[in-house]
Amino acid sequence: MATIQEQISNLCPAAQFDADGEFLLVTVPDAEWHALAVALKQELGFDYLMALVGVDWKEELGCMYYLSNSQTLDIIHVRVATADREQPRLHSVSDVWAVANYQEREVYDFFGIEFINHPDMRRFFLRNDWVGHPLRKDYDASPELNPLRLDDEQNEDDTYTLVEDEEGNVTRVDKKVFDDDEYVVNVGPQHPSTHGVMRYRASIEGEMVKKVDVVSGYIHRGIEKMCEDLTYPQTLLYPERLDYMSAHINRHCLCLCIEKALGLEVPHRAELIRMMMDELMRLSSHLLSYGCLTMDQGATTAFFYGFRERELIYDIFDKTCGARMSMSYMTIGGVVADVHPDFVADVRKACDQIEKALKEYHKLFTGNVIAVNRMTGVGILKQDDALSYAITGPSGRASGVHCDVRKTHPYSLYNEVEFDEIIEQGGDSMARYMVRMREMEESIKILRQACDMLEAEEGNEFVAPKVPKIIKLPKGHWYQQVEASRGTFGVYLESDGEGKPFQHPYRLHFQSPCFNLVGIVDLTCKDNLIADLITITASIDYVIPDIDR
Amino acid sequence: MEVKIKSMKHEDFKNNEYIDNLVEQLRAGGTNVVVGKLDQLINWGISNSLWPFCFGTSCCAIEFMCLGAARYDMARFGFEVARNSPRQADYIMCQGTITYRMAPVLKRLYEQMAEPKYVIACGGCTVSGGPFKNSYCVVKGIDEIIPVDVYVPGCPPRPEAMFYGLMQLQRKIKVQKFFGGVNRKEKRKEFFEGLTAAPVEAETETPQAVENEKTEQ
Amino acid sequence: MFDFSVVTGWIDNFLTNTCGMAPWLTTTIECVLVAVCLLLMYTVLAMFYIMYERWVCAWFQCRRGPLRVGPWGLFQIFADVIKMLIKEVITLWGTDKFLHKLAPYFVIVASMLVFACLPWGKGLQAIDFNVGIFFMMAASSLGVVGILLAGWSSNSKYTLIGAMRSGAQMISYELSIGLAMLTIVCLAGTMSVNGLVEAQSDTWFIFKGHVPAFIAFVIYVIAATAETNRGPFDLPEAEHELTAGYHTEYSGIHFGFFYLAEYLNLFIVSGIAALLFLGGWQPLHVIGWDGFNAAMDYIPSSLWFLGKAIFVSFIIIWFKWSFPRVRIDQMLALEWRYLMPIGLVNLVVMAVLVSYKLYFGN
Repeated sequence: MATIQEQISNLCPAAQFDADGEFLLVTVPDAEWHALAVALKQELGFDYLMALVGVDWKEELGCMYYLSNSQTLDIIHVRVATADREQPRLHSVSDVWAVANYQEREVYDFFGIEFINHPDMRRFFLRNDWVGHPLRKDYDASPELNPLRLDDEQNEDDTYTLVEDEEGNVTRVDKKVFDDDEYVVNVGPQHPSTHGVMRYRASIEGEMVKKVDVVSGYIHRGIEKMCEDLTYPQTLLYPERLDYMSAHINRHCLCLCIEKALGLEVPHRAELIRMMMDELMRLSSHLLSYGCLTMDQGATTAFFYGFRERELIYDIFDKTCGARMSMSYMTIGGVVADVHPDFVADVRKACDQIEKALKEYHKLFTGNVIAVNRMTGVGILKQDDALSYAITGPSGRASGVHCDVRKTHPYSLYNEVEFDEIIEQGGDSMARYMVRMREMEESIKILRQACDMLEAEEGNEFVAPKVPKIIKLPKGHWYQQVEASRGTFGVYLESDGEGKPFQHPYRLHFQSPCFNLVGIVDLTCKDNLIADLITITASIDYVIPDIDR
Repeated sequence: MEVKIKSMKHEDFKNNEYIDNLVEQLRAGGTNVVVGKLDQLINWGISNSLWPFCFGTSCCAIEFMCLGAARYDMARFGFEVARNSPRQADYIMCQGTITYRMAPVLKRLYEQMAEPKYVIACGGCTVSGGPFKNSYCVVKGIDEIIPVDVYVPGCPPRPEAMFYGLMQLQRKIKVQKFFGGVNRKEKRKEFFEGLTAAPVEAETETPQAVENEKTEQ
Repeated sequence: MFDFSVVTGWIDNFLTNTCGMAPWLTTTIECVLVAVCLLLMYTVLAMFYIMYERWVCAWFQCRRGPLRVGPWGLFQIFADVIKMLIKEVITLWGTDKFLHKLAPYFVIVASMLVFACLPWGKGLQAIDFNVGIFFMMAASSLGVVGILLAGWSSNSKYTLIGAMRSGAQMISYELSIGLAMLTIVCLAGTMSVNGLVEAQSDTWFIFKGHVPAFIAFVIYVIAATAETNRGPFDLPEAEHELTAGYHTEYSGIHFGFFYLAEYLNLFIVSGIAALLFLGGWQPLHVIGWDGFNAAMDYIPSSLWFLGKAIFVSFIIIWFKWSFPRVRIDQMLALEWRYLMPIGLVNLVVMAVLVSYKLYFGN
């Protein structure tokens, strides 16, 4: 790490360093941040912006940038802040890492920080007429300011950019999202194939999509704000309700993060059970995305086939966790209860059946000439773009990005089992679809090994013996990432370390994979037909509550 | 009088008393034989041909898909013709949290549906805000915006619970009066007037309501 | 084989001779009778088809399908009809009300016109004129006007896109249908519906004209699926792109008309396929097997016709539920680049076949 530190201090002498935490922390003044960002990407190869977390440090408002080098897998994080609370402004890095575009809009929405040179400074989640910025510590939450409005929200076509000239004067330039003569079709928020309440405004010529404007926030539930008033075990409820198709995995991530902060050791067996649950969840999720992709292309029968096998996984969850969805099974230090006696047998049976069914799926859909024609070469995402937009998970791997956290930064017991990271080079809808289909086979492989391991395991611990009753974390911040079914799911946890009887997180941020995925909709759908908009978004496969949080 | 539906035993319902009382009240004035029989026929038709409007915002929508899939198969009861256009649907099964941004959209979708229309609030979020009750932008139960016929709690409710909710809706339809009786439309008007009368909405609501009425004509 | 003209002749005889009515009165009464019978048939078949598709589709998807309302779910459709009838018909604000209301009738009338010309059995046909099959084609293409009207008058971008797609699609595929029909007309030497059926009394055309007839059959089935806007060509109402396509804004019975016409069109194209390729109401005859042929003759002709139509529908439903939807450019390419050239060549081949008498049978 020393070399990176030296290199950065050469590039930017004003930077301060703190190497005590899990990753190297670089604190940079805002004025030099943009130049450093360009250098970091071009000279040091930090081409992947893992997370951008806005934080209100009371005396300062600012952002944490988690950066990773996709070749060496080094991780650093950069802290940029401004002391101006009245009109906070930072420099945008959306021209360096494309993913920052939406991330910065999110920070603007939550903290009111305006980003200089950001191309499109609009709110992302909340209504245009919302008063205040909810995640600021001085936010006025009184319902009189923001009542439940039942009047229709007006389409917000007005946006602006803060342009900085060479002397450093910042001027506001107003812009329009769509011109008056564009034919704009509104897709959503209530539309059968947006998989929830997502809204696109697509400018079309004939049936050709020219531009897509993403309007999000129809299911923004303010989870991060709510978590700040809850104790740590209580916050475990929410990650499950983000991406409900990777409920176990998200919860696992938050558990890992809190355990890391506590320095808690989890028994091997408990971790094994967690890993099996994660993989079952991944299977279930990929089966669903198979179903949705086929359904969006009109092959309804294939959709029902996918659901037939998902019921097997639901049964396993039902027996062990007591619920079909939103299981609330993992907890800090392990899992809530031991597995059902039939667990291993059921998992083996499910693996066998799904393996058999996968062949049937390929027969029914993959080889179909219409399906092949509709997916091959459509919605191509190049490798550079995938990195710049921080696309992870199956969609990233379909573009040839080596981004499986289970391989790059192994957590849980993933280094004890053998499996392959599936990588395709096509970057089109077909590649994304095939990655998921092949990943299911890998999950089955992992599950079979884990079954053997669980049977060989001695003892029956399922939770760490010494979990404190009241969880208090020291002052600091932690970041944990796992491979969720749709990409890298990260949790940023900051504690102010104050010894209140029940400690709450100071800031809890969920870096959801789908948030990044929605960023490439415009890129991939441009110059494709409306019908392809549907296939492409289905093959990208996002879950809306995960975007909106 | 017992309200019976074919798909579920009468004693398996948990709120028979409530429905029986309702029926007694409704039938207190007596009914004309012809009108009564016609009513029964129409209600039989509506209650057995409930076409859902696909409206899923979050987790409950996945369970709703399971309801349509092979194991639960709501097609058995004739509920499977899910319409994507609100004009053609009979009931809206609201699955998932409704936020402040979504609320006007939901209200508009409800207004776009053709009579007779019903609402099932499915899942904790739609019943009361559920786990997101303390949020700054979540509607605390969709009955704040649209009138609800049946509540199905759960997070998310199991498909069995959804069936129970649907059966309850069938029973509710069986006791309604198509001709005369308490007019649903009037009741709904009262509901929305109550909303407008609330102090918070007083200013914002009125111009929109006028426009909506125009659209509905 | 029982000839239904005995019955119709008896009714005609009863009216003119027994009751002594004037010829114009007889004709009027007969017309009304026929119309009532056809309308009844139309409704019954539409209802049957809706249930048929729901059951078949459930079967493909490992489900049970409707079975709770009435025995085996038989009354499900009646519940649906009652509901549809009392459902509110929403009038939109800011649209052309007249055209908006006219559109569903256009669609349903077009399908009724074709429906009326189908040969239901031996001697059981409303009208038989020498360009019967030609008339069917002309009448069935009226439906596209209704769809375009529906999309345009709804004042919504989705419906408009749906209608435009539908227009492009139906007009394109009409060509292939026409070519496939011509191929058979060429083989039969007649355009009269009755003539076509009679010509197949020994062997069905699909066997008689072997290779070209079979190719024509395949082209016809594909084009007919597109013509009826069914999957994999259901772009005009592509649920996952356009919510419900051109009929998004229709509710109540007006939507019901579209819904009925959609299923009836399925029956009609299957009926025409049965008429052109599978011998209409002619029983299955194999030359030389006299005993078998005699046995087949015992099955009433109407049953033959319905059975064949339902069988063709089954094939169409089968691929609707198995295939994904094609894209608009792929759909047009399929028609203009493949089906139509193949159809043209096929027609020439058939002409050669007919000139040199290379077909089976006499």
